[in-house]
Amino acid sequence: MNKLALLLKREYWEHRGGFFWAPVWTCVTILVVTVFGILTAEVVGRRNSVHFGFSLDKLKSSLDANDMIQAGNALDMVQLMFGAVTCIVLFFVLFFYLLGALYDDRRDRSVLFWKSLPVSDSSTVLSKALAAMLFAPLLSFVVATAAYLVFLLLVTLWTAAHGVNALPAIAAAHPVGMFWRLLLTIPVDALWALPTVGWLLFWSAFARSKPFLWAVVLPLLAVFLNFWFGALGLPNFDNLVAIKDVAARLLLSVMPGGWLGDDSWRAMQVRFDDEDVMRSFDPARVYALLGTANLWIGAAVGAALVAAATWMRGRRIEVNT
Amino acid sequence: MNAVVHARGLRKHYGRTVALDSVDFEIEAGRIVGLIGPNGAGKTTALKAILGLTGFDGELSVLGFDPRRQRAQLMEQVCFIADVAVLPRWLRVREAIEFVAGVHPRFSREKCLAFLSHTKIAHGMRVRELSKGMIVQLHLALVMAIDARLLVLDEPTLGLDILYRKSFYESLLSDYFDEQKTIIVTTHQVEEVEHILTDLMFIQGGRIALAATMDEVAERYAEVMVNPDRAEAARALKPLNERHVFGKSIFLFDGVERARLAELGELHKPSVADLFVATMKGTYA
Repeated sequence: MNKLALLLKREYWEHRGGFFWAPVWTCVTILVVTVFGILTAEVVGRRNSVHFGFSLDKLKSSLDANDMIQAGNALDMVQLMFGAVTCIVLFFVLFFYLLGALYDDRRDRSVLFWKSLPVSDSSTVLSKALAAMLFAPLLSFVVATAAYLVFLLLVTLWTAAHGVNALPAIAAAHPVGMFWRLLLTIPVDALWALPTVGWLLFWSAFARSKPFLWAVVLPLLAVFLNFWFGALGLPNFDNLVAIKDVAARLLLSVMPGGWLGDDSWRAMQVRFDDEDVMRSFDPARVYALLGTANLWIGAAVGAALVAAATWMRGRRIEVNT
Repeated sequence: MNAVVHARGLRKHYGRTVALDSVDFEIEAGRIVGLIGPNGAGKTTALKAILGLTGFDGELSVLGFDPRRQRAQLMEQVCFIADVAVLPRWLRVREAIEFVAGVHPRFSREKCLAFLSHTKIAHGMRVRELSKGMIVQLHLALVMAIDARLLVLDEPTLGLDILYRKSFYESLLSDYFDEQKTIIVTTHQVEEVEHILTDLMFIQGGRIALAATMDEVAERYAEVMVNPDRAEAARALKPLNERHVFGKSIFLFDGVERARLAELGELHKPSVADLFVATMKGTYA
């Protein structure tokens, strides 16, 4: 078996809770809330013998083509929502995973076991970076997609109970198109995340204790000092580069889709279009991010930080020596 | 030269504390070397240097590799058990076997499973569910299934009860060791390893205080139990150490003729522990 695949599997064994169960429970929660919503609608509907919101019976009689397009777009939006909510959870999972990735095993001394095996430091660090950039996001995306399918099933069953066929609405949606579009954002997310991946891995390999303080307090302190220097009229960085943007890139870029707010990318794009989710995630638009300096400067800095983390991994072994 | 470990001018300091002070030593293939010294003498530092787990100055080659630069290659030939608590607590036995089998070209799954079948360890268990003794058994099963040329044991039986300690060394000798393999072991429980060692290395204050084969040790050192009336004569021969038992004095001599010692009283072979105490006199003073 390929060594790198086995190293990724190792990460999965250790972090099954964050990589797999966290998105699963998130999606289960959304689905349970959906079921409760349906039940509430049923109970309230029956009690008052009136229909609220979009009445299913009315829907049956008066659906035109335009309504179908809107229903399809609404379903696309739900598909995006499943991905987005798991991504928010993924952000926290990845942040703390990366902070602990090269620190936890030094703290409990199990690093001595891992280092007793013929695995180079560069493969170890690479496997951890890849787990955060590709493996965990893919797994989370698969879970979100499965949850969306369950959601479609629930909606189909519910509407069918009222004699409404949901299949035309589903046909008007683009589950497969959305699947590919969202899947194709993962490589962009990975490149975008690189500076944060490198930054967190570096402090994880460096810290003798409390990697969180190093990784988080240091950039916040820099932002504060810069602000303070500015307030005192001393030389500061605000003219050269917005230091708070740098701090945000170093700390928050593991948020999937974080680039949606990037100015240079948005300048090239039309705004996010909730009338047509499919168009908003057109690969041609998403991949325009590859034309921004922000992405590549960040990726280069991130790669350098990953290299520094690898170097550190070879030197700092136990936390107390 | 078929030295497994070759060190010249090996130095390491932590801040102003010198852990290893320009040490020279050789370890030949097929030996079982006891590296023995008081706390803080530099034993663990020496082992870490050999395993590529710490930087150092000077010259050190292990199986022809430089441990600083070639740790990953070196670890295909070298195994170590650092001490009991280093297997990650979240790891399952099954996962440990799969991982080591996947990354280690010289690992035999059959050997590992055979060894584990003699224990109470179940494959679905996590390390945190195992007792200290079982963790060492698991670690030993993983390590003994690797056909390594050098095995490094740093206090391998620390905190284990006597049953586990006995079976640990027994398995090591009967199922693992052969003339192709070399073992370096550090321990404070000298009595337990004494009979399996072929070589002895005392380390004190970052220096090698003694490096000899057990045969040489048996030739050089002798213990004599002397009645009080002959004690002065014994002291004149400059013993390394003197202790008193039941009104008699026991003297330890280095390199004094057997015939002369036999005149003084009853001759014994000194235990490694007694030799160690005599050599390390004044360490904590």
